[in-house]
Amino acid sequence: MSGGHVTELVIFIVLFAAVAVIGFWAARWRKPGDMMHLNEWGLGGRSFGTWITWFLVGGDLYTAYTFVAVPALVFGAGAMGFFAVPYTVVVYPLVFLVLIRLWSVSHRHGFVTPADFVRARFGSPTLALLVAITGIVATMPYIALQLVGIQAVLKTMGFGSHWPLVIAFLVLAAYTFQSGLRAPALIAFVKDLLIYAVIIVTVIYIPYKLGGFGHIFDAASKHFSSTTPPTGSIVLGANNQLNYATLAFGSALALFLYPHSVTGVLASKSRNVIKRNMSALPAYSFLLGLIALLGFMAIAAGTTPIGKDGNTIVPRLFDQMFPSWFAGIAFAAVGIGALVPAAIMSIAAANLFTRNIWREYIKKDASPRHEAWVSKIVSLLVKFGALLFIVFLNPQFSIDLQLIGGVIILQTLPSVALGLLTRWFHRWALVVGWAAGMAIGMWMLYTIPNPKTGHLHFGGSAFALSKLGFDTDWTIYTGFVAVIVNLLVAAIATLILKAAKAPDGADATKPDDYTADEGDPKVSEVPVAV
Amino acid sequence: MTEPESGGASGSDGTARETTSGDVPRRSDRSAWNWLLLLPIVIPLITPLFNRDHPRLGGIPMFYWLQIAFIILGVGGTTIVYQVGKRRKG
Repeated sequence: MSGGHVTELVIFIVLFAAVAVIGFWAARWRKPGDMMHLNEWGLGGRSFGTWITWFLVGGDLYTAYTFVAVPALVFGAGAMGFFAVPYTVVVYPLVFLVLIRLWSVSHRHGFVTPADFVRARFGSPTLALLVAITGIVATMPYIALQLVGIQAVLKTMGFGSHWPLVIAFLVLAAYTFQSGLRAPALIAFVKDLLIYAVIIVTVIYIPYKLGGFGHIFDAASKHFSSTTPPTGSIVLGANNQLNYATLAFGSALALFLYPHSVTGVLASKSRNVIKRNMSALPAYSFLLGLIALLGFMAIAAGTTPIGKDGNTIVPRLFDQMFPSWFAGIAFAAVGIGALVPAAIMSIAAANLFTRNIWREYIKKDASPRHEAWVSKIVSLLVKFGALLFIVFLNPQFSIDLQLIGGVIILQTLPSVALGLLTRWFHRWALVVGWAAGMAIGMWMLYTIPNPKTGHLHFGGSAFALSKLGFDTDWTIYTGFVAVIVNLLVAAIATLILKAAKAPDGADATKPDDYTADEGDPKVSEVPVAV
Repeated sequence: MTEPESGGASGSDGTARETTSGDVPRRSDRSAWNWLLLLPIVIPLITPLFNRDHPRLGGIPMFYWLQIAFIILGVGGTTIVYQVGKRRKG
């Protein structure tokens, strides 16, 4: 058995090293202007075309954690884990309608982060600070989870210690520091070729070995009904359908509010690049649907996780079903798959800190060069923080935090997403709405226990409607309720503030900024209205 | 307010509508075709449509194959709206 692990490990290390070389070389790729500028380091020169954007955003949204956690959820609960598929179908039309306007207004004004936009749109540094802090706090555990993905693979190859993880992350930190967003963009090509190859082989080969899909689902169905109370089922039950739909919808809204998604979108060179990608990115959703089915295959194959770590299910399945050379490639695909989003997320979080905290409150006259330096340093710190999370705290803690992260990032929806469509909200009303959404979201999450892990609080995101006095056993996604409360409070507060004639911030953007395209004059070139 | 003609604008400009007041955008995100995008946003969220085991397709329960098929709905919607938008800009 250990002989097999040696083969796996050699292949894993070779591919990992190759990717590191690519990451360093990326600094010279596509002739960057001055690397010491956030437009270059943090957004790859805002010049990425359709193909690069497809790989970059794909690598950004479909993370290693997704590939590990979604099948693990299916393995544990069945149909509920499949919410990832409708979630990644729903998200693209939303981006097509809304986020495209963020690209335009950012192109014209030179915005780098969603908080930059909020500051200009509502004339409120306070609101921008809230958006920035929310973004950073929501992104940190997400980076930590990428490490959980790598960790699951390392565990399966027989590593009990943390040092390989530390090495992998130091290398990642070094080339992100040097190459900025170009590194994950280039590595995404390699990662995706590996992932697509591995998954296509997997969904043909494993069902063939297990006697077909029909048999796999029958085995899974039998397994779920043999547990009392049933832990899951192959279709949804009576009580979790509303939760399924609201979780898919809420996750889709959250996804494009995450700073790293915005970074991927802003790095593209024109509106058409984004629009074309909204039709092309669902190819990954198809892949994700197939990956989710690995959870059922693991049930049918009798795969067991290492200890109680459900995230090791997919690596264990590969280890069990494939010859060791192919398992090595599959492990490398997951491991490298973690590097791409971790790099983009750390860049996005660093940019938020630099633009909306450092430049806003600490060094108002920061030059572009100084900004780039700060971002580079902070991207290191953010990764280091994520590493400490995993090494010193229980990974389960990061998973819980990521759950909370989804709920809190949703609270920026009125300022960022609706702000792109309308200037109707009052700046202070948005602040009050944000606070209300946060408070109710936190309270709901706090009251959710998890019998499986023995958590009394923060055990999941499915909130029982009966707690709100409804006479039903249905559950609903916490983030969805929180954002509805946020919107209601913001709307009512806006009406009150407008009636009281409270001073509102000035809007620095103009209607036609939202439809600007490649080649349009930027704000420094736009003649000032007389 | 805004400049009617800007040098270096890319060829794919919006329909240059004659405007009386200066600050009407030259391009617009508005289009009746955008309503088409509601389909891929709403349909995948209606669980009663697909929450069944049978009919199976290649051994896969309807719950799974139909939701994977909804991906085509999303691709179709965004593609049509994009192409129509491009053509109208001529």
